[in-house]
Amino acid sequence: MPKDMKARINTAVTWDGYHLLELECPEIGTAAGPGQFVMVRAGSGPYPLLRRPLSVHAAGPHGIEIFFKTAGQGTALLAGKRPGDSLDVLGPLGKGFTVGGLKEKRAFLVGGGRGIAPLYFLAKKLVAEGAAVTVFYGGRTEADLPLREKLESLRLPVLCSTDDGSFGTAGLITELAGREMERAKPDMLYACGPELMMKILAKTGLELGVRAEFSLEALMGCGIGACWSCVRRMRGGSGGSGSGEGKGKGEGGREGERWVKICEEGPVFPAENIVWTE
Amino acid sequence: MVDMSVDLGFLKLRNPVLTASGTFGYGLEFEPYLDLNKPGGIIVKGLYLEPREGNPPPRIAETPAGMINSIGLQGVGVKVFAAEILPRLRKLETAVIVNVCGCSDDEYAAVATFLDRQEGIAAYELNVSCPNIEKDGWCPAMSAEATHEVVRRVKSAVRRPVITKLSPNVTNIAEIAAAAEEAGSDAISLVNTFLAMAVDVETRKPKIGAVLGGLSGPAIKPIALRMVWQVASAVGVPVIGIGGISSGADALEYMIAGASAVQVGTANLVEPGAAGRIVDEIAAWCDAHGISSIREIIGTIETG
Repeated sequence: MPKDMKARINTAVTWDGYHLLELECPEIGTAAGPGQFVMVRAGSGPYPLLRRPLSVHAAGPHGIEIFFKTAGQGTALLAGKRPGDSLDVLGPLGKGFTVGGLKEKRAFLVGGGRGIAPLYFLAKKLVAEGAAVTVFYGGRTEADLPLREKLESLRLPVLCSTDDGSFGTAGLITELAGREMERAKPDMLYACGPELMMKILAKTGLELGVRAEFSLEALMGCGIGACWSCVRRMRGGSGGSGSGEGKGKGEGGREGERWVKICEEGPVFPAENIVWTE
Repeated sequence: MVDMSVDLGFLKLRNPVLTASGTFGYGLEFEPYLDLNKPGGIIVKGLYLEPREGNPPPRIAETPAGMINSIGLQGVGVKVFAAEILPRLRKLETAVIVNVCGCSDDEYAAVATFLDRQEGIAAYELNVSCPNIEKDGWCPAMSAEATHEVVRRVKSAVRRPVITKLSPNVTNIAEIAAAAEEAGSDAISLVNTFLAMAVDVETRKPKIGAVLGGLSGPAIKPIALRMVWQVASAVGVPVIGIGGISSGADALEYMIAGASAVQVGTANLVEPGAAGRIVDEIAAWCDAHGISSIREIIGTIETG
């Protein structure tokens, strides 16, 4: 059962534009699974009004960690928080990654930029389960890979790429991960990152017949399925309660596709269901 | 302890705080965070006869002290609601009010007629004011004649009371309220959202996929309050105030200005327990001021 609670910040770590907060919220930490998210209130007054959706980066009996990049007013306010401050945190929310059945199987985790956030939690769970995990971590430059050492501390291979070649392989993470996928076909692919990165990985995964799950990002109003703001075009699914089939304006949607609430049916979806926009 | 019950004539509420349609899903989404019997009533998301797909994203944009939305009333439709959701809402002690939509006068009447055969509904709220359905933001509540006709059609088809929800996007809202009253509306709720837009400076694109949307949140409260006061002064039926309410004090402003009840909207999205907190804050204020019944404060504004 998700909870809306005040969470004390125990530690705050900052890199160049990236931030990690450790929040004391035992109920959320105990209940959270990898790929789930929380809604965090950055301010206390009416501006910014809405909470921000953030992936659970790590979870345990004491609470959770959140990892984010300064992107706008909300994340800038969050970045200014210090140990001892409190935040309103609502969660854990949404459906996370499928974990289980990967003992002695090979799992590839691909994170681009701040999209690495949910993959640390996932990697930890998969390692505990006995899966052979490889993490791919891409950024524009070395400064976009602040979690490298933390991931390596899980004692698994972390393959990095940067657009400018300042660290790891020069080029896009989709190229590096794509080559490795062809070489050592994994049993499962998980990814979170920019839209284009996931779109390319979906194609590669599909061509190689690799099962894939991606975590999507969206502007959210509430995070709990009430406002229907965070929809995304999806193929398949139940089409039952909450389905968006039927009349609307300005939609040339194809048969079998529907608007799905990312907060409720996601944020993690099977790659083959996602309709790509870019 | 203050008596928090209010009497809308056709409907007695345990307290004056309702949850606004479109911000409260179908109610059940809020169960982990709010005792659904705590508000005086819940108003579920607007329903058409059939499921509706809604508008292309982005569907929201945050603005100073507010948000613009253009959801386009995506939803399950009245049949799925009656089969899958209403049986669970029926167990609540609080009033369940259903927001009724339609693309035509016939559809409004058909939705209401269908719902009138279902048990466990206290009243209907006619959504004649959604700004996100027609391309230019038009809605029946922009016209006294169109409003009159929808209300008349629904009233002649149903046994339950009807609340008409008005749009603020008009020149003279009291005139529209009077038309709804004349057509038999049992109460007036106002306001729906203000037609609005926001632009992304970098991409030069509208921040809302459908270009226009409706502004809600604390930013609209002073304008909405003005309209509620104008309408309460002009009609004889009870008025329900809506617009940027996020505290007991906000709700009391509306009630002093003439509202018999209020709806909490955007605050539900930010704080899913908001409606319950607001009930407590109103009660605490009344207790602190020696008020024995919340009804004592309705319309007590002193304008000199």
